[in-house]
Amino acid sequence: MQSNSQETLSTHPEMEPREEQKKSKSPFQLALRRFMKNKLAVISVFVLLTITTTCALAPLFTDLDPERTNLLLIEQGPSDEHILGTNGQGQDNFARLLYGGRISLIVGFSAMFFTLAIGVILGSISGYYGGKIDGVIMRAADIMLMLPFLVLALTIIAIIEELTIPLFITIIALTSWPNLTRIIRGTYLSLREQEFVLGARAIGASDIRIIFRHFIPNAIGPIIVNATLMMATYIIIEAGLSFIGFGIPQPTPSWGNMISEAMNVRILREHPEAWVPPGLAIFITVLSINFIGDGLRDAFDPKSKER
Amino acid sequence: MYKYIIRRILVFIPMLFALTVIVFTLAQLAPGDALTGQSLADPNVDPEVYEQQREALGLNDPLPVQYWHWVSSAAQGDFGDSLVFNGRTVMDLIEARFANTLYLGLFSLFITIIVSIPIGIYSARRPYSLLDYGATGFGFLGLAIPNFFFGLIAIYFLSIQLGWFPAQGTLSSPGAAGFGSFLDRLHHMVLPGITLGLAGTATYMRYMRSEVLDVLGSDYIRTARAKGMTENSVLYKHTLRNALIPIITLMGFEIGVLLSGAVITEQVFQYPGLGTLFISSVTNRDFPVVMAIALILGVLILIGNLLADIFYSIVDPRIRYD
Repeated sequence: MQSNSQETLSTHPEMEPREEQKKSKSPFQLALRRFMKNKLAVISVFVLLTITTTCALAPLFTDLDPERTNLLLIEQGPSDEHILGTNGQGQDNFARLLYGGRISLIVGFSAMFFTLAIGVILGSISGYYGGKIDGVIMRAADIMLMLPFLVLALTIIAIIEELTIPLFITIIALTSWPNLTRIIRGTYLSLREQEFVLGARAIGASDIRIIFRHFIPNAIGPIIVNATLMMATYIIIEAGLSFIGFGIPQPTPSWGNMISEAMNVRILREHPEAWVPPGLAIFITVLSINFIGDGLRDAFDPKSKER
Repeated sequence: MYKYIIRRILVFIPMLFALTVIVFTLAQLAPGDALTGQSLADPNVDPEVYEQQREALGLNDPLPVQYWHWVSSAAQGDFGDSLVFNGRTVMDLIEARFANTLYLGLFSLFITIIVSIPIGIYSARRPYSLLDYGATGFGFLGLAIPNFFFGLIAIYFLSIQLGWFPAQGTLSSPGAAGFGSFLDRLHHMVLPGITLGLAGTATYMRYMRSEVLDVLGSDYIRTARAKGMTENSVLYKHTLRNALIPIITLMGFEIGVLLSGAVITEQVFQYPGLGTLFISSVTNRDFPVVMAIALILGVLILIGNLLADIFYSIVDPRIRYD
């Protein structure tokens, strides 16, 4: 452990001296190089890209409309036309799997982005200015954290009569911002004490400039890592809420509401091809996002690599 | 330390206040009378009767007065009446379900502990062994699989295909009593218990491994070995005592995750606990029940966090509080 921390004191621990003479690499390039050495993470990037493009280009893979019901063809097994059969409303499961993936990924990504925006803004204010405003924001975060997330989200969904996708994303983001905010604030607190910030202030840089030019670039590692892992959590949350019927409303497909078909014991028993693929899709997507997140953590912070 | 505990308890009070204010605000936003559950006459038919009823129920009082009425009766366990189940109080509905969720939570915690802690210790003592890699792999899988999907797969294979465990409910024959009924209850809890505990098992295993590794590398362990203690007493007397502290604290904070997980897991197995009651109340817009459960779960989490903090300050005198 001790020799390890010694190593990281030198700025570019992994650089070969030959290259240093030519051109020094930015910390970001170094992180990228470390990331590329992590096989599991690189494979996961490919897996995630494959899933994303397949869902984005859904019309190329199926001609069927995922929302079109056909009451004459309900709960069919796999056939040439319906590769994964049809569900209880006669909608094509394969088309729903692809189009549902779009929704699940978009919800996960937008909710992550929304939380990131809240986290960067509140975390910056809290960590940079400190004092009373920091106290207020952190107490609010404490209060949000003590409420069981799912219960709060469901209570709000119960009060709102009509749930739309943007509203759903907003509810997820507004009920789960504290974690990222705390992490960003935490990194700022240590940055605040460093000399280069004092230097920047001495030459008259404005608060906004210090935050955007010095704080955010220095905190980018933990921000990217946690945002990535958060996206995985959001995909699971979307699926969970849709599964119990309070997420993406029908007829719009999502991986979560496809699995909820399995609450019908007949479908659970006789048509695993209807509910297993979306479950596997969530599993593989979340697994690759987690591997990528772990790879990014090791790449940005070589100290964290314990194993 | 005592100063810290007293201060920590003093922080608990404003948090509790904030929790009640949030639930009260949500209840005000909900349509109808979400806190007492009294149904009102249709205002379109007879405005006068409607106004009289509102007055009698105290709905025209200023908000702080209404808040006080609600909090003081909630403190005595009176959450009003259910809007959907005629004539049943909210407390009545919750009482019947609360014990079930408690049993399920404890059972799943039990499984989590007996699986994750031994494996975590083994992984730390033999890092990079086959079992260590296996445990790491399991950790990744356990955190990536949505628990309801895992539950459905468990039902499909272990309940439908093999018939080993019942897929839903708590008892096969409701009237039975005695030891047989206890075993029957356990038998029903196996699948939901494992499903609920999966993510926790994966988390604790990783924590335990890194904690034990950390402690094994510390100076006092080297000293203990140097003075000739046997490996077993190094492990059980010195290492475990210290490595378990953060794990137990973590459990106090994870109580919210466990309760949230119970909402979805209970739904998969149609297990009659607070979670299924909560979901059916949300579906039926039975707001008095929704608000009461939200409040109760919030208070449980607050108490869990408080106990975790107090416990930590007692068992770990190394940490200083300013």
